[in-house]
Amino acid sequence: MNHIAPGRNAGVYNYDEIDRRFVSERVEQFRAQVARRLSGELTEEEFKPLRLMNGLYLQLHAYMLRIAVPYGVLTSRQMRKLAEIGRKYDKGYGHFTTRQNLQFNWIKLEETPEILNELAEVDMHALQTSGNCVRNVTTDQFVGAAKDEVVDGRVYAEILRQWTTLHPEFTYLPRKFKIAIMGSEKDRAAIRIHDVGVFAKRNDKGEIGFAFYAGGGLGRSPFIGKLIREWVPEEDFVAYLEAILRVYNQYGRRDNIYKARIKILVHELGQEKFTAEVEEEFARLRGPKYRLAPEIVAEIRRRFGGPSFEDLPPVSAALEQAKAANEAFARWVAVNVTEHKAPGYAVATVSLKPAGGIPGDATSEQMELVAALADQYSFGEIRVSHAQNLVLAHVKQDDLFALWTALEGAGLGTANVGLIGDIIACPGLDYCALANARSIPLAQAISERFADPARQQLIGELGIKISGCINACGHHHVGAIGILGVDKKGVEFYQITIGGDPTLTTAIGDILGPAVTEHEAVDAIEAIVEVYLANRHDGESFLATLKRVGHGPFKERVYAAH
Amino acid sequence: MALLKAITANRLRDGEVVFLKAEGVWVERLDEAALFEDAAVADTALAAAKAQAERDQYGVDIYAFDLTLKDGRPDPVKARERIRALGPSVRTDLGKQAAA
Amino acid sequence: MPLIKDGCIVEDDWTHVPDGEAVPADRPAIISFERFQAERATFEGRNAALGVRVKSGTLAPAIAADLERFALIAIEFPKFRDGRGFSTARELRERYGYEGEIRAVGHFIPDQYQFAVRTGFTSAEAPANANPESWARALTEITVAFQPSLDDPQPLSLLRRRLGA
Repeated sequence: MNHIAPGRNAGVYNYDEIDRRFVSERVEQFRAQVARRLSGELTEEEFKPLRLMNGLYLQLHAYMLRIAVPYGVLTSRQMRKLAEIGRKYDKGYGHFTTRQNLQFNWIKLEETPEILNELAEVDMHALQTSGNCVRNVTTDQFVGAAKDEVVDGRVYAEILRQWTTLHPEFTYLPRKFKIAIMGSEKDRAAIRIHDVGVFAKRNDKGEIGFAFYAGGGLGRSPFIGKLIREWVPEEDFVAYLEAILRVYNQYGRRDNIYKARIKILVHELGQEKFTAEVEEEFARLRGPKYRLAPEIVAEIRRRFGGPSFEDLPPVSAALEQAKAANEAFARWVAVNVTEHKAPGYAVATVSLKPAGGIPGDATSEQMELVAALADQYSFGEIRVSHAQNLVLAHVKQDDLFALWTALEGAGLGTANVGLIGDIIACPGLDYCALANARSIPLAQAISERFADPARQQLIGELGIKISGCINACGHHHVGAIGILGVDKKGVEFYQITIGGDPTLTTAIGDILGPAVTEHEAVDAIEAIVEVYLANRHDGESFLATLKRVGHGPFKERVYAAH
Repeated sequence: MALLKAITANRLRDGEVVFLKAEGVWVERLDEAALFEDAAVADTALAAAKAQAERDQYGVDIYAFDLTLKDGRPDPVKARERIRALGPSVRTDLGKQAAA
Repeated sequence: MPLIKDGCIVEDDWTHVPDGEAVPADRPAIISFERFQAERATFEGRNAALGVRVKSGTLAPAIAADLERFALIAIEFPKFRDGRGFSTARELRERYGYEGEIRAVGHFIPDQYQFAVRTGFTSAEAPANANPESWARALTEITVAFQPSLDDPQPLSLLRRRLGA
């Protein structure tokens, strides 16, 4: 196999020969597993968990392959490979997910080993993107670039990725296990709705440590993660997680799939008892065997390389001129561009949510364009956000106008990040075998209703999240406005919740009233927005207004016609 | 309108949605599928189809679903089955509907 | 049931004795842990080796007090997806220092065999129609580990960086 190292400048973990050997061996292992399934040596019941642990689902129309984008960061070369696979083995497009991964919808089982082999050529895989194991660890899409960053979460996410890969004890857990890690003041990774949420921070001496939250999760019974330890020193990072997983593997319920997540264990044992069990296990595990030595952390950190920034003036005259000359560009900068830690640079988010589009979908051509733009403007590095957008994290402010112009030309210049048009939606019944209702058509109808960019900007930050079933892949519970698709005797209905919050002040939204039809749902969203605009005080967020005026006015307006 | 039943699966090797046409014969288009008026007959056919598809490593997730006839053509009752028989409603250029 | 050890099918010296049937005194026998608890006095002074079979819900602390009585512990996998046994085996080895044979029994597939070895199992019972090749390959197809384990305290990957390799 011809391996070319990814660009040294990109902030992506660089594989060495051992990492590559592992991924290749795993491809050959899966190739043999597929052959054993096709020959009948493995039953479907036995094969299913094996294919799931290689990211392969069976959906409505075909197999679906979920490719891991570890903590959402990839190189332009990797993105080009994804585009190529989309063209060669799928139908020319892919879907970026709320776990910062990429899904292809039209995959053939018999071709999957070859696809995995092609992915391995660019140091990618589909490992543990499904199954009852520890899944892809997610983090802040602005990691390594954000101005408010305290700790670079990628390093620890990569340590966890390696630590949990084919973990001999924890690959057949009661249920899937999702971890998110944040290293900034602000929570952009929704850590408290994860099985384990980790908040990386520094103490007075500048040492790195972690706060651990456990037992969060959405789905049928939503729970907010509980703080189980305020400070775990860096050297105990894996030992502490090992302790949590040990308690979960032994005591998590296996009699009922809906009660098997760790959130139910934490809830049933109670936070105190659960924490005591973990602490007891941790006391035993703590020691040289599981100690995360500083040299290991330093070595992993070194593997990221990371861009070397030029010394630039903090304000770009070119950018200011371009903004003054072009209103649409100025709006895109105001909405889609975030402050960078290095002077003269900026973080640009590429919206995959054009009005009327399918949230998170990108064609192979669009992927290639973003890859080319990343090479030209952002050290060949791209991120996938959990809001299903792409991020070019290190763009010179001087280059923003050229970048935007190129994006606009390909339908990727929509200025709506964080606004009402930036809807998170799961694939829903159009693709997913578990869904009860479609999600995408409703997202399309809402984004069309609010297509006017000026109106979106006037409304301000407002997250709509749509799930096509109670499994809540669209995170509807924590949407400022959440929408859950339900099936009522074969007809799709939508239940609206308001007041959800995915940040550290996590809140689960409240159900507004009876479920409505798709058509009524669009009107209902518009009514909610109007009530908000009529009631908001200067600069007040949707959640703040809701808190102040209560549900009453929203409910009244939405159901007025009924 | 009388409910009919058809039997469906995903083909193991590529995941393609298939429908039972006759014993041991599967087709990719719902138009060619066998339609059962009698639920008991459908149950027997389903059991036989499961045994055959599993024995031959041909198909997975094998089950029967409800449909009616609309303008003489089979029309699934549930949105899920309609989408499986046609393709994604948001991408009418893809799936079985595209080739129609 | 073919017995697998070190990736090969080997002769099994042990006999599983169902509850209620007489336990042979002259050769190694595996009884249920529940039976051992109920009839423990009858096994005092037994010369032939004794093994117990524990259900997946019976965790290591529950059998820890009697470990010196058992030359073998058979951990049941009711379904191969039930992974509690991996924790049980590891606790038996690491926490309680058990050094006898630990055997995987029940519904257990070759694709889990390496995990079993890494968590402290020494043998596995394969189904009657087992493909020996699949069991043999299971131990050699993946050569890189990311965690320390019972069979390899210093794995190639994550921790190798400590060695400066």
